[in-house]
Amino acid sequence: MKHRLQFAGKKLIRMALLLLGVSIVTFLLMCASPLDPLQTNVGQVALGSMSPEQVARLEAYWGVDTPPVQRYLGWLGGVLHGDMGTSLLYRQPVLTVIGQRLANSVFLLLAVWVFSGILGLVLGVAAGAFRGKWPDRLIRGYCLLISSTPTFWLAILLLLIFSVWLGWFPIGLSVPAGVAADAVTFVDRIRHAVLPALTLSITGVANIALHTREKMIDVLESDYVLFARARGESETSVILRHGLRNVSLPAITLQFASVSEIIGGSVLVEQVFSYPGLGQVAVTAGLGSDLPLLLGITVITSAIVFAGNLIADLLYGAADPRIRRGAARE
Amino acid sequence: MEPILEIEHMSVYFTQYERGIRRRVLPVIRDLTLSVEAGQIVAVVGASGSGKSLLAHGILGILPYNSHMEGEIRYAGEPLPRERSAELRGKEIVLIPQGVNYLDPLMKVGAQLRKGSRDEKVRERTSRALRRYGLSEETEEMYPFELSGGMARRVLIASAVTGIPRLIIADEPTPGLDVRAAKRILGHFRELADEGAGILFITHDLEQALTVADQVAVFYAGETIEVASAADFSDVENLRHPFTRAIWRAMPEHGFHPVSGTQPYPGSRETGCSFAGQCSASTETCRETDLIPLRECCGGMVRCLHPGKEASL
Repeated sequence: MKHRLQFAGKKLIRMALLLLGVSIVTFLLMCASPLDPLQTNVGQVALGSMSPEQVARLEAYWGVDTPPVQRYLGWLGGVLHGDMGTSLLYRQPVLTVIGQRLANSVFLLLAVWVFSGILGLVLGVAAGAFRGKWPDRLIRGYCLLISSTPTFWLAILLLLIFSVWLGWFPIGLSVPAGVAADAVTFVDRIRHAVLPALTLSITGVANIALHTREKMIDVLESDYVLFARARGESETSVILRHGLRNVSLPAITLQFASVSEIIGGSVLVEQVFSYPGLGQVAVTAGLGSDLPLLLGITVITSAIVFAGNLIADLLYGAADPRIRRGAARE
Repeated sequence: MEPILEIEHMSVYFTQYERGIRRRVLPVIRDLTLSVEAGQIVAVVGASGSGKSLLAHGILGILPYNSHMEGEIRYAGEPLPRERSAELRGKEIVLIPQGVNYLDPLMKVGAQLRKGSRDEKVRERTSRALRRYGLSEETEEMYPFELSGGMARRVLIASAVTGIPRLIIADEPTPGLDVRAAKRILGHFRELADEGAGILFITHDLEQALTVADQVAVFYAGETIEVASAADFSDVENLRHPFTRAIWRAMPEHGFHPVSGTQPYPGSRETGCSFAGQCSASTETCRETDLIPLRECCGGMVRCLHPGKEASL
């Protein structure tokens, strides 16, 4: 038990350092941004017609005249007191904005995560088991093709086919336009989430399937599979009993590591589908120089990704008998 | 007595691709002939890389996909095609592998030996087999990493006797064991042979092979070069092939003379005796004759044009 606590403690310290680093990098990138917040958000014409006092007030609002170090420390101080600041664009607390958008995205991201994980595992195991034969070639060809396809382009393609030509799915947003919030049904939400989820899944599957295939091939060439075959276990039994079992451990790592890719992919995909999720608001915050919001989003998504990896580590300890029993005997 | 296993002119080839497109067929076992009778232990002795393990995989029908096999294998008098060995392996024909690596690291020992069967009879047979080698019920609940080296080896032997095996192929079952531990393991083999099983004991250790085997087949670069009874090894004059004589002299109690040179890689030699490069008695004909046949010679078999000659060391 003691070393579990030590492990968790070390991880928490590492997480704090990571989040600090991520926020500093984000802040520096924003400082280096060539966009002038006033011109972007207020507009050249409007600025020209304003009195110097009004411009000065706007500059103070967007923090243009505050030295960068002071701005960052101000933000950090607030965060340490539990205050993530107020979004400059939305004029709402950052946490509220993120909370709303995350609620929109979470369903989408979770669906993608589960779907691409399971399908990727199945395809990878199948490809490994049929190594060199046509199912393997088909799956590998698909994975390589998809891996080299830009996500946003795939999103546009699906939009073109399924929304424009076939008209099966709505063209964008997460709910129908012009419908009162309480009149939106669950089915409406699903219909709006299908295409973005599909895009992210199609790309997510490729990576997981290719990695799983490699591992599956290693397992099938191992001594213990040779012995299982020598003892008369059928090929199905070898794949299901030994293959899946031994592929499942790296699959856990892979599955939780894919959290970062899905969140990263969602930024582009939500943009294409005008899906008002966390990814889209990240783009808005970046382009609109909304520093508190962008910092908030980066820190929170980093924390989610970190938590994913942490869960993978902990699950590994529970799933691998060599770690589980090894720890129990100490 | 009717042989349980007869192998005649068995060859195993691997197909390799060189630089992507050039296909190359590599012979790793050439023209192998040997037979095992019920109740008999036949040792196959050869250096590592001589293709011994592939012999085992060939009999079991589990050669890798990029290989193919020629020649004839007969089991209990009947031909043994791949489908037949698929039916028999794990039941009548069993493999005892080298070590703990051959157990699935993530599966408990008991579950592994039961091969997924939930049958009460299978459970009973498995624990009986483990008990026979002094392994308690607790062993069944252990993962392979929790076994000691000796336990792992006993588990592997126990795996062979969950049924009633008629042919046991032991592939280097005693590496890294001290003499006493190895003797105990070999004692188990003798016991299994006395119960009526034929045993093919694959090893690189001639000394160990002689302590337990009835017959010894000497393997060199993928060929059987001599088949001799264990008794023949009491006197070097009884041995037929220069290589066998050379390894006899390399044994500690016979002077520890090393055999100079190394065996050729598979596929590196086209014609002639594979030992010619290391044999001082070799002549022009030894190097040029295409595939010297294995022939009867003074109660054993030998693949040599000048049997009984010494390779001077």
